[in-house]
Amino acid sequence: MKYQVNEKGYYGEFGGAWIPEMMYTNIEELKTRYLEIIEAEEFKSEFDKLMKDYVGRPSPLYYASRLSEHYGSKIFLKREDLNHTGSHKLNNTIGQILLAQKLGKTRIIAETGAGQHGVATATVCALKGIKCVVYMGALDVSRQAPNVKKMKMLGAEVVPVHSGNKTLKDATNEAMRDWINNPEDTHYIIGSVVGPHPYPDMVARFQSVISKEMRGQLLEQTGSELPTRVLACVGGGSNAAGAFYHFLDDEQVELIGVEAAGKGVDTDETAATLTVGSPGVLHSARTMLMQTEDGQIIEPYSISAGLDYPGIGPLHAHLHKTGRAKFLAATDEEVLQSVLLLTQKEGIIPALESAHALAALDKIKMNPDDVNVINLSGSGNKDMETYLNYFGY
Amino acid sequence: MNNRINQLFESKKENIFSVYFTAGFPNLDDTVKIIQELEKNGADLIEIGMPFSDPTADGPTVQRSSEIALKNGMNLRLLFEQLKDIRKSVNIPLILMGYLNPVYQYGVEAFCRKCAEIGIDGTILPDLPLDEFEAEYRKYFEASNLHNILLITPQTSEKRIKQIDEASEGFIYMVSSSSTTGAGKKVEDFHVDYFERVQNMNLKNPRLIGFGISDHATFSNACKYAQGAIIGSAFVNAIKDSVNLEKDIATFVKSIDPGGKALL
Ligand SMILES: Cc1ncc(COP(=O)(O)O)c(C=O)c1O
Repeated sequence: MKYQVNEKGYYGEFGGAWIPEMMYTNIEELKTRYLEIIEAEEFKSEFDKLMKDYVGRPSPLYYASRLSEHYGSKIFLKREDLNHTGSHKLNNTIGQILLAQKLGKTRIIAETGAGQHGVATATVCALKGIKCVVYMGALDVSRQAPNVKKMKMLGAEVVPVHSGNKTLKDATNEAMRDWINNPEDTHYIIGSVVGPHPYPDMVARFQSVISKEMRGQLLEQTGSELPTRVLACVGGGSNAAGAFYHFLDDEQVELIGVEAAGKGVDTDETAATLTVGSPGVLHSARTMLMQTEDGQIIEPYSISAGLDYPGIGPLHAHLHKTGRAKFLAATDEEVLQSVLLLTQKEGIIPALESAHALAALDKIKMNPDDVNVINLSGSGNKDMETYLNYFGY
Repeated sequence: MNNRINQLFESKKENIFSVYFTAGFPNLDDTVKIIQELEKNGADLIEIGMPFSDPTADGPTVQRSSEIALKNGMNLRLLFEQLKDIRKSVNIPLILMGYLNPVYQYGVEAFCRKCAEIGIDGTILPDLPLDEFEAEYRKYFEASNLHNILLITPQTSEKRIKQIDEASEGFIYMVSSSSTTGAGKKVEDFHVDYFERVQNMNLKNPRLIGFGISDHATFSNACKYAQGAIIGSAFVNAIKDSVNLEKDIATFVKSIDPGGKALL
């Protein structure tokens, strides 16, 4: 329980609900009701059934033999890329759409960067016949055209956001403004373990299915529920939270989060929040932030639109501070090499985000008998244009 | 403890005319001039906006003024520098309004002390919620005789309004409707039932209504239900291209016609 949120919504010194009064009623309702709702037997069985029949869970835990040989250590891939819609994001949106229905909400809003969370939200809204509005930075709308078209085909309204740098942070601002303007009928499906309490805990619980499955699969395949280490990429931190969740109290399991270094942590073009950041308050949470001395938020940069967020979930800020998890950063260049390595060793094209976790394999010391689990959070389908341009196929 | 905000509400019971502007906008050095002109033209209270990169409770007008102010080079240290002699020329209460993070980086205790030194009377920090304020920060505000003004909205329950009233000093900021800041509301958009409900609660604090108050009609209508009202975006819009603040501010205040005082 050392790493769980406390009743005030804090992980150590990080978290809380730093909300304007305009959001108070909605957040208070969520805070008082989310546990009772998601722990009810009826909710759990509905959630589990959709996880199995709709998302396609459990996702395989795959022993990557040629990659293992390459690194001289055992490497397993948790195949979240094989989920419906191609990433871990659907685990969360399924949970939240069921919750929104229990709260009697009739309109859903979401923010998205790469468009994966937007697609996952539009998907569950189509599934349940609920109105869906997705905010997306205008720059991302033009960078991620196929996902924009998918969301529209799914029946969602995609609203380009023209403020700030026109990326994920600005889309999040605009989604929060929408919620302030529509406090009665709307539920905001946040896409990661960020935002005010109870979102970080709620999203982590929905994603925790990842590590729950891992334990059973590891027992079956290796004879032990516990691996040597778990590696996951970290933007806001939802796939990492899900992959770490059921190992948090097993302190012998090494947990490694990998942030986006962009062009390097010593350049202005990075998204490695824990390396370059400091504590502050953004999007209603106290957490680590990329900011100026004056407290203005700095625009992050990464080749992967899903990792360029200037903050990080408060759980990870706490795991970092306490040393329970280690956080590394991988550059665009390193990540692209890892994409190609996995593609040609295993026949799996990973998402740019997920390849950050793969790139960390070059940065850590591994023994031959170590069991390393990489959370392969998403498929590379959405990144084909980047890959084709870069590799020149 | 009493300060200029309390004195204002003791001496004036209606049509209190309060104006918000963003420091550093339209030009970096306009701050003092805008305050002086507003006082001269009859403003009773001024909210000086401290620009932030991510103003999530604000509509497009304040978003844009904040963005430009930051581009112009505004920051909290510079704002304090600009305001250091403000009490030599200005007597009305002054409130700093903005988001928590820049204040947090400055240091909340140091911020409060600096406010006291300059003669700032209050703050409005929408993303500093009541429970966090009580737990960690009230002591610093009280030590500097700085009133932290709290907000209520049409969704705020009666129980919570009472709790906020209990915790408030100076006045309560009534958000006119469920919305971010922005001009362009009409009188018909007001939740009159909410205004009346709160009016009948006999709160210990006076109230000002803000968000969407943009012209004479909305101002005078809001004043029927509270001691006064706050104009923000409409004023920011009125000075956005100004090359003559003196004239434009006078014209704007005349258009609002906030009651006797401005007509002098
Ligand atoms: C495949 C994939 N992995 C990871 C992320 C980053 O999100 P998080 O850090 O919340 O897992 C994204 C976000 O879009 C994504 O699409």
